[in-house]
Amino acid sequence: MNCRSEVLEVSVEGRQVEEAMLAVLHTVLLHRSTGKFHYKKEGTYSIGTVGTQDVDCDFIDFTYVRVSSDELDRALRKVVGEFKDALRNSGGDGLGQMSLEFYQKKKSRWPFSDECIPWEVWTVKVHVVALATEQERQICREKVGEKLCEKIINIVEVMNRHEYLPKMPTQSEVDNVFDTGLRDVQPYLYKISFQITDALGTSVTTTMRRLIKDTLAL
Amino acid sequence: METDLNSQDRKDLDKFIKFFALKTVQVIVQARLGEKICTRSSSSPTGSDWFNLAIKDIPEVTHEAKKALAGQLPAVGRSMCVEISLKTSEGDSMELEIWCLEMNEKCDKEIKVSYTVYNRLSLLLKSLLAITRVTPAYRLSRKQGHEFVILYRIYFGEVQLNGLGEGFQTVRVGTVGTPVGTITLSCAYRINLAFMSTRTAGEDTGVTYPSVEDSQEVCTTSFSTSPPSQPAALGVGSADLAYPVVFAAGLNATHPHQLMVPGKEGGIALAPNQPTHGAQADQERLALYTPSDGAHCMATPSSSEDTETVSNSSEGRASPHDVLETIFVRKVGAFVNKPINQVTLTSLDIPFAMFAPKNLELEDADPMVNPPESPETESPLQGSLHSDGSSGGSNSNAHDDFVMIDFKPAFSKDDILPMDLGTFYREFQNPPQLSSLSIDIGAQSMAEDLDSLQEKLAVHEKNVREFDAFVETLQ
Repeated sequence: MNCRSEVLEVSVEGRQVEEAMLAVLHTVLLHRSTGKFHYKKEGTYSIGTVGTQDVDCDFIDFTYVRVSSDELDRALRKVVGEFKDALRNSGGDGLGQMSLEFYQKKKSRWPFSDECIPWEVWTVKVHVVALATEQERQICREKVGEKLCEKIINIVEVMNRHEYLPKMPTQSEVDNVFDTGLRDVQPYLYKISFQITDALGTSVTTTMRRLIKDTLAL
Repeated sequence: METDLNSQDRKDLDKFIKFFALKTVQVIVQARLGEKICTRSSSSPTGSDWFNLAIKDIPEVTHEAKKALAGQLPAVGRSMCVEISLKTSEGDSMELEIWCLEMNEKCDKEIKVSYTVYNRLSLLLKSLLAITRVTPAYRLSRKQGHEFVILYRIYFGEVQLNGLGEGFQTVRVGTVGTPVGTITLSCAYRINLAFMSTRTAGEDTGVTYPSVEDSQEVCTTSFSTSPPSQPAALGVGSADLAYPVVFAAGLNATHPHQLMVPGKEGGIALAPNQPTHGAQADQERLALYTPSDGAHCMATPSSSEDTETVSNSSEGRASPHDVLETIFVRKVGAFVNKPINQVTLTSLDIPFAMFAPKNLELEDADPMVNPPESPETESPLQGSLHSDGSSGGSNSNAHDDFVMIDFKPAFSKDDILPMDLGTFYREFQNPPQLSSLSIDIGAQSMAEDLDSLQEKLAVHEKNVREFDAFVETLQ
């Protein structure tokens, strides 16, 4: 099975990084979350209800919709916050990317551990720009808002191609397809990672950078 | 074409399309109300949330949508359209968007109705939620209020895009293939926001509200994970519900309905004919008014209210000898029968002057102000009205409407200090104004200052060294 890969790029000011990333990630997860499954006898199941809520951005003229799940929101905010800090501390050109990967677990026989097979990866490349004047910042607010509108349209377009989605699992296999750990919604199994790109365009992790810096400092 | 579809599937599909159309209208209209939408997730299925999404149903909107559909479903050549337009307070209007739910002939015979189609319709609704926030009309709708409002209109039939101006853009929200055709949801939106004056005099946007229909048809679909060959338990209870069967030949466009959130920018407009029964709607989220009547203000209390005006003599606490006149017009509270027009008081800076005893004849009648047992000591801060340095004792000057009383500040003792607290207070209650603050003297000194500036500068320059030394001592 081929993993579907989608790449989005945004140029934002430093303080807009969090909101721009959250807007994109939440929009993707809105489409990739269902209500909680309740399995009944005879292999049938019913699905809970997903609520939604509007989120106004403070630094961008933009509003996005996310699923009403504080747990999910907290999890995303945590990792986006780490990404933002890593970008800020990188000292480079402000280039980085976050990846949201949806995967399925495939049980393997002992002693092998379960495989994680991605079926869809969303990559958001971020370029942080520094602006000098308030007028530029105001223009940036609007421009980034418009750009994000385009990104949302792109995401929706991909979602509605109705390409591969994992089959609905039986009760015993639901944890191989969905993240059942949240109380109120059930997204497909996902993981989020990020990378900071240095000026040369090669990807290094923050840890490596730190190690190298520390070594040189000696 | 439809022979492959069994009757149960056909029924289910029609129901799914019908409720999808109704939910689509709800999402679009709610996204143009001008406020943030928030619904809760629920881990237990409630049975009334179609497509497993918490989308509230505003009854008026459902009613309008059903009226437009008139028992039909979107089909080839028969699209359901939601038109979003803007109307200014002057009466100019402009179409902003047309959302179209269309059906074409491209069928997908293999698709499973009760499972795949349903889930894809759910996904399409989520996409609609996202897309309704990114078209230009969203930001406009968030700013609606006094200057303009956003209207919606639902119609069924051919899509009319003429009102969108030149160069309008289209965004496709998504498609879902079904055995009877492919459902497409798209939006055409205006990009040229230059105003066209299209005053429509006498446009009637008043709506008489229908009673709420008991049409919360229950969706209790459950899904089977067993292979298709085995029977699956589906659609509990849903087969018993029927569509309203109404035959109508091509509805004409109904008048636009206005969306306004009460409290938005201070304007609360209530329609004169609000539904009074069975309203399950979030009434606070939708209010209509008839613009021909002008904006209705929030209902005011029935008792008359006079505004309170306080005019003060311009010198403020200028001179101890000035008696300050205050014209005080009483504000009449609710349920009070007798409006009292004017009460003249002296000395603005007497707190609780309102409670001054008996000589204020107009206040006698009002028990709220003049409680029955109002002893003279009730207002301890009431002091001399003429603070011309008079000390001690009780001045029994009856000045205007006031009776002098002894000024006995709380906790003060007379016998310890030669000057007690009360005397002190009276003496220094109206201090003279600082001379430098009086306008004439101030102006004079300003003019003098300017004239003597040159000389002063010369003097200071001579003493530069002294200044520098001084500054160094500070550092």
